[in-house]
Amino acid sequence: MMPVYLDNNATTPLDARVLEAMLPWLQGAHGNASSVHQAGRYARAALDTARQQVAELVNAHPSQVIFTSGGTEANNMIIKGTAAYYSAGTVAVSAIEHASVLTAADSLKRWGWQVQSLTVDADGIVCRPLALAADARLVSVMMANNETGVLQPVTEIAEQVRQLGALMHTDASQAAGKMPVDFRASGAHFMTLSAHKFYGPQGIGAVIMDKAQELQPLLHGGGQEKGLRGGTENIAAIVGFGCAAALAKAELVERTAHCQQLRQALEAQLQQISGVQILAETAPRLANTVMMTVQGFRGETVLMGLDRKGIAASSGSACHSEHVEPSHVLLAMGITPDAALSAIRISLGKQNTVADVDQLVAALTQLIAGVPQVALAS
Amino acid sequence: MAEVEGIYLDNNATTMVDPAIVQEMLPYFTEQFGNPSSMHNFGNKVGLAVKKARKQVQDLLGAEFDSEIIFTSCGTESDSTAILSALKAQPERKEIITTVVEHPAILSLCEYLEKEGYKIHKLHVDEKGRLDLEEYEELLDEKVAIVSVMWANNETGTIFPVEKMAEMANAKGVMFHTDAVQAVGKIPIDLKNSKIDMLSLSGHKLHAPKGIGVLYLRRGVRFRPLLRGGHQERGRRAGTENAASIVALGKATELAGEHMPFENTTVKAMRDRLEQGILAAVPNCFVTGDTENRLPNTANIAFEYIEGEAILMLLNKMGIAASSGSACTSGSLEPSHVMRAMGIPYTAAHGTIRFSFSRYNTMEEVEKVIEAVPPIVAKLRKLSPYWGENGPVAEPEKAFAPVYA
Ligand SMILES: Cc1ncc(COP(=O)(O)O)c(C=O)c1O
Ligand SMILES: Cc1ncc(COP(=O)(O)O)c(C=O)c1O
Repeated sequence: MMPVYLDNNATTPLDARVLEAMLPWLQGAHGNASSVHQAGRYARAALDTARQQVAELVNAHPSQVIFTSGGTEANNMIIKGTAAYYSAGTVAVSAIEHASVLTAADSLKRWGWQVQSLTVDADGIVCRPLALAADARLVSVMMANNETGVLQPVTEIAEQVRQLGALMHTDASQAAGKMPVDFRASGAHFMTLSAHKFYGPQGIGAVIMDKAQELQPLLHGGGQEKGLRGGTENIAAIVGFGCAAALAKAELVERTAHCQQLRQALEAQLQQISGVQILAETAPRLANTVMMTVQGFRGETVLMGLDRKGIAASSGSACHSEHVEPSHVLLAMGITPDAALSAIRISLGKQNTVADVDQLVAALTQLIAGVPQVALAS
Repeated sequence: MAEVEGIYLDNNATTMVDPAIVQEMLPYFTEQFGNPSSMHNFGNKVGLAVKKARKQVQDLLGAEFDSEIIFTSCGTESDSTAILSALKAQPERKEIITTVVEHPAILSLCEYLEKEGYKIHKLHVDEKGRLDLEEYEELLDEKVAIVSVMWANNETGTIFPVEKMAEMANAKGVMFHTDAVQAVGKIPIDLKNSKIDMLSLSGHKLHAPKGIGVLYLRRGVRFRPLLRGGHQERGRRAGTENAASIVALGKATELAGEHMPFENTTVKAMRDRLEQGILAAVPNCFVTGDTENRLPNTANIAFEYIEGEAILMLLNKMGIAASSGSACTSGSLEPSHVMRAMGIPYTAAHGTIRFSFSRYNTMEEVEKVIEAVPPIVAKLRKLSPYWGENGPVAEPEKAFAPVYA
């Protein structure tokens, strides 16, 4: 049986067309984009095109795009790099942010900052209006959550944040390429993107920024990215990012509809399995994400069972998977630690098929029905 | 479109990805795409590949443990991480020792830190680009958080005695970092028998792709991460692992190890032949840097009384890629900070060209360049106000003196 990959929120397979766009930059054209000779000029032009493509995906201007090594670097750069321009105050982050936002925010404490955690409701949606501290300088709320897929009312939040004169950041790593993302309309001053979440390569991402705002570089260096991000431009990956962005824009409707359809089929079948509960089922969600709890089971046990049957899924955020702790996202939604430990995330991709879904359902049914619960619950 | 034919002698700026390395990467783009931090089998296979790459890098560096290898996104990130970590881990120490000829990755960070109130000591170099270890010894004390000295200079190839300097730092209880971005793969490195605490390398300087680097961190050295978030790289560098590039870097270090003798014989012979050929045919030019103690692949030649950018442009027209100063600063017409630091007269500093080789160059290419350079230089000198019929004008400083009517 063919392996079935249902962990697309962790990372996606590289689109063959993206690889094709990248290959010339890995095979031969070795110009350093900052060099003056001809190879360097080709590289510069390719960089400009990619910047345009990424900008278009999120309705930003190319000059607002700063390439980074990924979503994690972008999040660290935005949080530490804006804080550097302010006297210590409060940074407010939603309780369900990715670890790279949460830890970057925490790191500001040593400079005298307070970190405020913004609560979410039972569906995992940030509660509004925000009860922001008076000295809030920066607010970070993601566009779509990586574990539940739940969409956040970023525009509404940004409006409140702007009224208070604070800065708004939104981590759109999971949203971009899976739903329409509009930097301008979002009201955010800063946005994070990561290419490998939508069939681009790993190791490349971007900060999208309102140029009227100050941002301290995280990596100082040779003046690349207008002095905002040092390091020789990762040209092949940037070209891949651009290509992935262009494809995502062109195919967004199709991809979303495809995932939506698969998810409907999946959820209809999951509801037949006793003990399975889909989280935030009625909340606005990414079309590709299903987060569920499986009563009486440990998530990792189910995952390992699925893995033995050639099916890859996740128990939440991939980055946490070395540690078996209940997910901070689920706990924030008020789910009990026990239930949270039974969580399984299925994240679909454009390459998945109805057969994949059926295979998953069959495997799950078998696992849940066929094995004595005591063995699994250990 | 992207294929550029020609003679590429700018390998200190960036190198061609070795075709064998591209082959090695491909499966990690297509079949083996899992996130290595995931629990499932997809991720697990990638995890094993990352482990192998870590071992390959460990071997080239002669590191004692593979856990001392931290994958980063580039040399610049490794440099920043090292220095900022030392400052955060030892908040009571507010000084840094570095050199005047470091790469902008170090120098612009230090400039920023100076504004933040840190004291930056930049060791001077002599006319050959050599350090004075007495100056260094005097600065080493408990106020210093970290010493950061490059292993080899990107413009001249000059090698610094970092192993000795690390021992001196260690004797005074000071952390030592080296930016070995240019040295790794070109000269032997044996970290386990050194006192070097941290070392930066960058993949694209040794035929791996851009966007991947390593920070070597000696076991037991206090550390604070720069990129925070997930638990990747044992919590020392967050961010989804760039598996394909990591695998590529592993292979690149393995190949670099295999080619080390070649680099120091054949590549060196090409470099030496180029210098000898050009110096014999072109008057008023000389090699900069410490010719006794250099990377085998780097030649930096100063052509007096003309502009390096003009030479580059004409070389470029003939399909020869070289560089004037470091790629990052070559957008400006200022002589490079390295040339200024060595006190190269401005009439020569403006005309420096760096030719940097790799194992892909051939002696045939070298001969072509030796033929191409003299007419270019002669042509430009004809246009130079500093140059008379057969040689420099008597008082070149006055040649450009503005006349006010
Ligand atoms: C919401 C979110 N933000 C940031 C990241 C980090 O992105 P990267 O893996 O490119 O560092 C991820 C994925 O890991 C994510 O899901
Ligand atoms: C000595 C030195 N250090 C650091 C760097 C920066 O490396 P990277 O471009 O990978 O950030 C370079 C090259 O650009 C270099 O030559």
